[in-house]
Amino acid sequence: MGRTLAEKVWDAHVVRRAEGEPDLLYIDLHLVHEVTSPQAFEALRLAGRPVRRPDLTLATEDHNVPTSDTLLPIADPVSAAQVEALRKNCAEFDIRLFPMNDPGQGIVHVVGPQLGLSQPGMTIVCGDSHTSTHGAFGALAFGIGTSQVEHVLATQTLPQRRPKTMAVTVEGDLPPGVTAKDLILAIIARIGTGGGAGHVIEYRGAAVRGLSMEGRMTVCNMSIEAGARAGMVAPDETTFAYLAGRERVATGAAWDEAVAYWRTLASDPDAEFDREVVIDAASLTPYVTWGTNPGQAAPLGSRVPSPQDYDSPAVSASVERALSYMGLTAGTPLSEVAVDTVFIGSCTNGRLSDLRAAAEVLRGRRVAQGVRVLVVPGSMRVKAEAEAEGLDEVFEEAGAQWRSAGCSMCLGMNPDTLRPGERSASTSNRNFEGRQGPGGRTHLVSPAVAAATAVTGRLTAPADL
Amino acid sequence: MEAFTTHTGRAVPLRRSDVDTDQIIPSDWLKRIERTGFGAGLFSAWRADEAFVLNNPVYSGATILLAGPDFGTGSSREHAVWALQDYGFRAVISARFADIFRGNALGNGLLPVQLPAPTVEALQTAVEGDPNVEITVDLVAREVRGAGVTASFELDDFTRWRLMEGLDDVGLTLRHAERIAVFEGTRPAWSPTAS
Repeated sequence: MGRTLAEKVWDAHVVRRAEGEPDLLYIDLHLVHEVTSPQAFEALRLAGRPVRRPDLTLATEDHNVPTSDTLLPIADPVSAAQVEALRKNCAEFDIRLFPMNDPGQGIVHVVGPQLGLSQPGMTIVCGDSHTSTHGAFGALAFGIGTSQVEHVLATQTLPQRRPKTMAVTVEGDLPPGVTAKDLILAIIARIGTGGGAGHVIEYRGAAVRGLSMEGRMTVCNMSIEAGARAGMVAPDETTFAYLAGRERVATGAAWDEAVAYWRTLASDPDAEFDREVVIDAASLTPYVTWGTNPGQAAPLGSRVPSPQDYDSPAVSASVERALSYMGLTAGTPLSEVAVDTVFIGSCTNGRLSDLRAAAEVLRGRRVAQGVRVLVVPGSMRVKAEAEAEGLDEVFEEAGAQWRSAGCSMCLGMNPDTLRPGERSASTSNRNFEGRQGPGGRTHLVSPAVAAATAVTGRLTAPADL
Repeated sequence: MEAFTTHTGRAVPLRRSDVDTDQIIPSDWLKRIERTGFGAGLFSAWRADEAFVLNNPVYSGATILLAGPDFGTGSSREHAVWALQDYGFRAVISARFADIFRGNALGNGLLPVQLPAPTVEALQTAVEGDPNVEITVDLVAREVRGAGVTASFELDDFTRWRLMEGLDDVGLTLRHAERIAVFEGTRPAWSPTAS
């Protein structure tokens, strides 16, 4: 029987297989940031163990870093100490680090791809659940905890149980105005926050083939919000064109050899998935979340649901609780929900094409009175590229704030947060209670919807401006 | 890692589904570089509400968390496990766990016990009726007993053995260092390096 993409990548990385035990997988790339690594480095020190492959390890400062006044010392002493700990650890263990203000610095899941480090067929891990982003290249990429960060630092391997496989096939083409973000929100709404549990999802079909690499990264990024271990897209010409010429990618005969291997990775025609879901792209419209988990999403053209719409008492209770936290009334058109803040950025939607999509909507328009708009590029390179195109001027002329790179308001570990009761339209990935600041209320949207919302002050699709 | 064989204690019912790790330990706590002291931050946003179940004194000292389905979704933060353990929990029982949380829990000796939703609900109801009822989580027999319930749960032999011995994965893997070196010799020459 044929094998799926995930199974091929898995099989190519098994260092040791023993009956009844998890497979020991070799890890090709380990990405590190300041939040989930200090305890792992400390454990290495206590055990007197070195980092096995510093050359396969890359660190960046992203979660804590301020996105304004970045030349000043970090004001929060706890954040500053954590960033300082990463610098000391990287120096001690000889790991390449992109510190704040370095032109290479950025969100870990933006930095890997832009360097060409994230490549088809690789195993990639990071102490961050959105590591699934790198699956867009046909890599097997997944988030790990700090004990596993320690394990990879010490051994360059991880013991892992073989996951199940799931195909999500998106047939047809996305209608105009419907983006990768809308697609993944619709997929999560369909299969639920636990729908992918124990599985690696492979996204397939014409609509996925038609996405740019950056769009594929947006889709794979949010696989974890469906509970999946990882998300993947088989590499194709779009992948190779993105990679060619990037800093860490092979050239000449080695490039040809790599591409020849990458072409073998696609799932075999007779491969069987443990579960298959089919989505009709033509039926999709811009999506937004209304609740407190990413599965609680609906078309922007619809209304806030009612707890009574659901048969299961447990689901009803969860919807009721979500509406109460969000301060929403069942039956309200989503397009009438007013926001205080718009956040454009994150590892989900902080890349150049995302900023272009938002700028396209904001060009020649003004941000609504009283709405705060933060535009935070995913990396310093994205920032420089956007500025070279004049996007910073488009944002600033519209009344938005143009910031430096980092995770920023996606999780509010730096000074960019919502105040209690404030409501945002956010291009990030999680609308959990308090995610963007205690008491804050988050609606997940695409960059285009975020920009249109900035103009009107309520959830708005660009087509309705 | 502390070994786990069998544990008997009182339990606290948390009747919420999709409890994400941002709720278990909010991100402000993630700035710390230590591995201990996270118990004070456990469910800190929810504990601000007096009516939250962990604030009910009848459940104080409980060591088993009876959670709703899809527990531990979202962020990979192992701090969620450290917070539950630091607060005093030894086991969490739920109808389904998020994969990363489950892996983190098993790596630290916090036992994630998966039981069918109706069984978890029966345990929650029993504990709500009598908060002093004791529940036994028996890893040796792979069984939960108490409150009129006897239910077996699944856990593979290898993981069970590792938990019962209190072994950490790094030490186990380093026994295979030679195999790792052999594998490294077979990687394609064009494999990228970070530096």
